[in-house]
Amino acid sequence: MSGPKTISIKVGGQAGQGIKAAGQLLAKTATRSGYNIFTYTEFPSIIRGGHNVTQVMISRDEVTAATRMCDVLIALDQDTIDKHKDEIKNDGIVIYEGEKKIDTSDLKKSVKLCPIPLSKFAQEAGSNELLKNTAAIGAVMALLNGDLKILFNLLKDEFGSKGEEIVKANQKAAELGYDHAKKEYAKYIERLLEKKDNIEKKMVLSGNTAAGLGAIAGGVQFSAIYPMSPISGVLHTLAKYQEKYGYVYKQPEDEISAINMSIGAAHAGARALTSTSGGGFALMAEGYGLAGITETPVVIIEGMRPGPGTGLPTWSGQGDLQFILHAPQGDFPRIVLAAGDIKETFYLTMKALNLAEKYQTTVVVIIDKNLCDGDQSYPVFDISDFEVDRGKLTREKVEGIKRYQLSDDGISPRTTPGTGNFFIANSDEHDEEGLSSEESDNANAQQAKRMQKLITCANEDMEEPTLYGPEEADVTIVSWGSNKGSILATLKDFLNVNFLHITWMNPFPTERVKSVLSKAKYVIDMEANLTGQLANLIAEKTGIIIADRFLKVDGRPYYPEEIKDKLESVLNR
Amino acid sequence: MTKLEELTTKCSPNWCPGCGNIAIWAAFKNSAVKKGWDNTNTALVAGIGCHGHILNFTKITSLEGLHGRPVPVATGIKLANNRLNVFAFTGDGDCLGEGGNHFVHACRRNHDINVFIHDNAIYGLTTGQTSPTSPHNYKSKSTPQGNPDYPINPIAVAIASGATFVARAYAGDIQGTTDLMIKANEHKGISILDILQPCVTWNKEQTHDFYRANTYYLGGDYDVKNKEAAFKKSLEWGEKQIPIGVFYEVDEPSYESQIPQVKENPLVDNNPVRKDLTDLFEEFV
Ligand SMILES: Cc1ncc(C[n+]2csc(CCOP(=O)(O)OP(=O)(O)O)c2C)c(N)n1
Ligand code: SF4
Repeated sequence: MSGPKTISIKVGGQAGQGIKAAGQLLAKTATRSGYNIFTYTEFPSIIRGGHNVTQVMISRDEVTAATRMCDVLIALDQDTIDKHKDEIKNDGIVIYEGEKKIDTSDLKKSVKLCPIPLSKFAQEAGSNELLKNTAAIGAVMALLNGDLKILFNLLKDEFGSKGEEIVKANQKAAELGYDHAKKEYAKYIERLLEKKDNIEKKMVLSGNTAAGLGAIAGGVQFSAIYPMSPISGVLHTLAKYQEKYGYVYKQPEDEISAINMSIGAAHAGARALTSTSGGGFALMAEGYGLAGITETPVVIIEGMRPGPGTGLPTWSGQGDLQFILHAPQGDFPRIVLAAGDIKETFYLTMKALNLAEKYQTTVVVIIDKNLCDGDQSYPVFDISDFEVDRGKLTREKVEGIKRYQLSDDGISPRTTPGTGNFFIANSDEHDEEGLSSEESDNANAQQAKRMQKLITCANEDMEEPTLYGPEEADVTIVSWGSNKGSILATLKDFLNVNFLHITWMNPFPTERVKSVLSKAKYVIDMEANLTGQLANLIAEKTGIIIADRFLKVDGRPYYPEEIKDKLESVLNR
Repeated sequence: MTKLEELTTKCSPNWCPGCGNIAIWAAFKNSAVKKGWDNTNTALVAGIGCHGHILNFTKITSLEGLHGRPVPVATGIKLANNRLNVFAFTGDGDCLGEGGNHFVHACRRNHDINVFIHDNAIYGLTTGQTSPTSPHNYKSKSTPQGNPDYPINPIAVAIASGATFVARAYAGDIQGTTDLMIKANEHKGISILDILQPCVTWNKEQTHDFYRANTYYLGGDYDVKNKEAAFKKSLEWGEKQIPIGVFYEVDEPSYESQIPQVKENPLVDNNPVRKDLTDLFEEFV
C-alpha cells in the first residue's frame, strides 16, 4: 500500500446471513496483517430478513470513521447492489454471487465487476450457507494481495471451539474464493493489504466490549443489566468473564430492578455497575435519585439511540444528554461523562468506578450506538497506572461513625452493613446517622453537603476538554460522543479548522469552554439530536449561544464527506 | 448476644396507637434477640409506607429505598454479601402493587432473603386508598362506590411463582409472628411471610377483632411439602377460615449456593484490584 490510502469495504446481505461476523473476520485479518481498522454496521431491529451492512475501514494510519463511499462492495444479495450502488467509488470493485441472477446493469460502467460462484464454493467446502461469506473474504484477500495464511490462522482461532471440521470447511471456502479471484481477476489486484513486517499486536474492540473490559479492569464486583439495544454487548461481555474474574453479573427482571439491585450491592460494599439505553434509563430514573440521596456509588453506562419511545432501536443518537443531566426530581451531584471513542469508553468506565466510590454518588458514562456496535483496533491497553480508589470506605467497626457526617469536601465516611457500624441509607431526607429528619437546618445542611461533592470533584478530578487542531482557526467545531472520529478524520483536510471535544458534562469545564469559544471566529455545534442539547448546556454554563447547529436525527453517523461539505459551505461564504 | 435495649434508636415509634406495625416491630426485635441478629450479621431494607418506618426505630444497618423496590435492593445486598441475614420489610401496596414484578421474580429465584409483607389491605401512609389486597366491594377514599377489583392473594402468587417458603402470620400474635420470622430466616432460599397487620386508622374491616375471630393455625397432619395442597389451602379465606402458619416449604438450592463466585467468600471480601489482564486482552487480538 503506498501512501496513507484508506480502503473502505462494505459487506451487505440479509439479516441472519452472518454479515457482521464476515466484517469481523475482515477486520481481524487486516489487524493481524499490520493495519488499523474501524468498522460500522447498520442493521434493522429484526433477526432474519431485512438488510444488513457492515463496513470495514482499513488503513496504515489510525482510522476513526466510516466514509459514505467504498472501494469494495461485497454483495450477498441483489438488495445490497440496489441500496449501495451510489456509494461505490468510480474504480471500485464489486464482489457478488456469480451463481444467481444478480442484476448489475445499474452500476457505473467504471466499476470492476467480480462475480464469484460463492454458493458453489460453500457447497464444495462444507454445504453451510455462511461459508459463502468466508469464500467472499478469501476473494477480497486475493484482490488486495493479502496473506491467506493470516486468514487461515484466524479461522482456526475463531472456529476452533466448534471443532476441526468447521475450521477446515472455512479454510477451504476461503481458499476457493482466493484462488478463483486470483486467477479470474488478476488484472484488478492491488497491493493494499500486504502483510507488513514488524506487526504490532492490536485488539479489535467494540465500545460494548470496551465498556465491559473497562468495568473488569476497574474492579467491578457486581453488575445487573437488562438487555436493550445498543448496550446488550456490555452484558454479554460481563456475563462471559464473571467466573474467571470473580464478580457477579445478574440478569434482572427490568431496569428498575437493575438499578435497585446495583444500589443494594453497592450499599453492601461491592463496586457496582449497570447499563442501559434511554428507555431503560427512564425506568431507572427514580433509582438514580435514590443512589444520589443515599450517597451510594453506582456507575451507569448509558448507550444512546434515537428516541423518544422505542425510536430507532438499532441506530445511533445523542438525545439523552439533557435527560441524564436532569433526571429525576431534585438536585444531587450527578457526575456525567461522555466517551468519544472506544478507547475513551474503556478508560472512562474504569475511572467512573473510582469516581463513584470517591464521591459516593452516581457516575453516568454516556456512549452511543456507533460506539457500542462499531469496532476499532488498538494496541493492548496499559492499565498499570490504574489504582483502585475506594475513597472513604471502611469495613472496620468505628466507634461513633456517622455515615452522613457534614464535612468540608462534602464526602462523609462510608461503611457497610455487617461491620458492626450502624446507619440508615435513607431515601427520606436524613440526619448524619441516616435517621429520617424533616428539620429545616438538617435538610439545608445535607443538601449542601451532597452538592459540595461536585465542587470537590471539579477541583480534584475534572478534566479539560481537548482542542484538536490549531489553537487559532477560522472555524471551531464543538461536539461530543462518537462524532469525534468523523470530525478528526475530516480535520486532516482542513488546516484552519479546530475541534473542541467535550467529555465532562457534569461537573462542566466552564472556564476552558468559555475561553475557547469566546476566541473562536466561527463556531459550529455538531450533535445527533433535534435541539442541540450540548449547545444548550454550553449556553447555560457559559452564556455563549452557538447559532450554527449542524444536527442530525436519522440515526446515521456523520460521514466525513458531509462534514467536509458543511465546512466548505461555511469557509466559502 | 443482642440485647433488646440495643435494638432501639433515638427515634420513638410514630405509628398510630394500636397499629399492627408496632406488634411486627416487637416480634422482629424478639427474633433478633433470640437469634443474635445485629449489626455484625444482618441487613434490613424497607419500602415506602407506614411499614417502612420500622427502620428508623430499629438499630440495625438498613436501606430505606423507594416505594415498591425493597426486594431488588435486598437481592443486591445478598449477592454482594451472602453472609448477611437479609430482611425486606414491605407493604401490600409496596410489594404487590408498585413492586409486583419484583415480587414474582424474586419468588422464582430463591435468593436467601426474607420478605415480610406488612399486609394491612390498605394504603396507610397515603391516608387510606384501596390496595391490591383490599376486598372486592371495599369502600375507601379511592373506591367510594366500592372496590370493583378483586384482591390479589399473596400466598397463592408466591407458591405459583416458585417461592420455597411461604407463610402467613397475624401481627397481633407476637409470639406466633416471632416464631415464623425465625423459621423464615432459617429457611435457605426465599421466604415470603405475609403478615396480617390491622391498620386501626383506615381499615375498619380487617381489624384485630376480625383476625382474632377468624384465624386459625395450620397444624395436625397438614403437609407443608405438598405444593398442590398448599395451593388449595392458600385459597381458603372466610369466617373462621383464615389459615396462619407455614403453607409451603421445600428445600431447593438457594441462588447464592449455585454461584461459584460467592461459594468461598462473599463478593465484598474479594479484592477488586485486577492488575494483569493480558490474557483477557489477548482474546481480542
Ligand atoms: C413512586 C411512588 N409512588 C407513590 C408514592 C406514594 N406512596 C407512598 S406509600 C404508598 C402506599 C403505601 O401503601 P403500602 O405499601 O401498603 O404501605 P402502608 O403505608 O400501608 O404500610 C404510596 C402510594 C411514592 N412514595 N412513590
Ligand atoms: S395509618 Fe394505619 S398502618 Fe399507618 S401507622 Fe396508622 S394504623 Fe398503622
